[in-house]
Amino acid sequence: MKFLCLDCDDVMVFAERQIPGDGTLAAVFTCGSCGREMAMLTNPMETQLVSSMGVKIGGREVPMQPMELARTSLEGGREDAFALSEDIPREPAIPGESTNAGEATAGRVVWTSEAAGRLERVPSFVRGMVKRIYSDWAREKGVSEITPDVMDRARTELGLEGM
Amino acid sequence: MRKIRTYQDVTHETGSDLLEQVVEQQRRLAERLAQVRSVVAVASGKGGVGKSAITANLAAALAAKGLAVGAADADLNGPSLARMMGVSGARLADRESGVSPAQSPSGVRVISMELLQEEEDAPLRWREPGMGGFIWQSTLETGVLREFLGDVEWGKLDVLLVDVPPGTDKIGRLLELVPDVDQMLLVTTPSETSRFVVSKSVRMAREATVGTVALVSNMAGHTCSECGHVSELFTGDGANRLEEESGVPVWAVIPFDPRLGAATDSGTPLVISDPEAHSSRAIFALADRVEEHVGIRAEDAAEEGGS
Repeated sequence: MKFLCLDCDDVMVFAERQIPGDGTLAAVFTCGSCGREMAMLTNPMETQLVSSMGVKIGGREVPMQPMELARTSLEGGREDAFALSEDIPREPAIPGESTNAGEATAGRVVWTSEAAGRLERVPSFVRGMVKRIYSDWAREKGVSEITPDVMDRARTELGLEGM
Repeated sequence: MRKIRTYQDVTHETGSDLLEQVVEQQRRLAERLAQVRSVVAVASGKGGVGKSAITANLAAALAAKGLAVGAADADLNGPSLARMMGVSGARLADRESGVSPAQSPSGVRVISMELLQEEEDAPLRWREPGMGGFIWQSTLETGVLREFLGDVEWGKLDVLLVDVPPGTDKIGRLLELVPDVDQMLLVTTPSETSRFVVSKSVRMAREATVGTVALVSNMAGHTCSECGHVSELFTGDGANRLEEESGVPVWAVIPFDPRLGAATDSGTPLVISDPEAHSSRAIFALADRVEEHVGIRAEDAAEEGGS
């Protein structure tokens, strides 16, 4: 989908996305030549069609998480379907295969008990995914300890309302 | 009438980043499947021919032969593979490199929608608008299947079996995600109706870029456990007719055995609980054929690249 400014014969460029929370979406595009703005408004079905592709108009704030589409779209997800990796030791299915035991040790961040308590309130179906988003953000920012304040900062910066 | 440039005429980036995200999804899937020597689809087009039971038993048989095997249940609306492989209720671990699959007692790594659903009798439902599901549901379910294949930490596998639900469109859905499926086993029964439906899948598979296509004739007669008399469950000779018409070989003829269903119901494939049963031996023979073809496509590609 592209928008063309007819006066300038120039393609309009994505500028801003707003999600009002009623299932609709507004995406603002701007003409780089004359500065004219226009907003594309989608109804819930159109919004859902785009999100069903696992994409976000204007790009993603955080990388696509493993099984994000299933976890965020499934109605009636099993509460204990997912466990944090440290709760389930990985056993090699093939003799001699690496267990990646030290996979998370590089750039590891520490969660304070308050932050961990707040994470516990996130439904477990998406908890691992949310934990990884915060951990990745902290590593990227050079933050070694995740506190509730750090979580707030990350949430604001990444636009993760409800996490 | 004024001339407005077409979509193709406008080559500048819009900044919406949609195409880039789709490309990134495909890259992740390809990267994951690069660790899999052979993707083997177990499909039919027809329902009720025993695809899932064959997938479960074939997976267990291949694992018993020492291969590293994964099994993905592409039937999101009627998942059965987790139950048949004995991993119902297993938890999936969130890891840096993806979601760990369940590990069956027979050594097969399994992913199935059943593992994600809370209630046993809950039909598959998605959040979001109640209306217009026909518009986006197929897109969403294809995306979830992509996650099953690409976001699960399969590790290095010799074979990743994909249990494809009924309908030739579901075969097409898989082939869009994984155009270079190595082997496609099309399960049929001796019935004429089954032959008629499965012939459509044969055509679809052959027109696509599937490496090897083969037929599996399931429920091909019933051997009486008391007297050994073989009786036919279906009239017709569907699999052989299909082989003659299409040139696609029959790789296995699996007799009907009520114990096969009972074994998968209990979560232990028959090839494990009774490897000497007629059906088990037929499935082990099928596993031999599958193993013979593992990696052939990659080797052919390497040879072509090197020549």
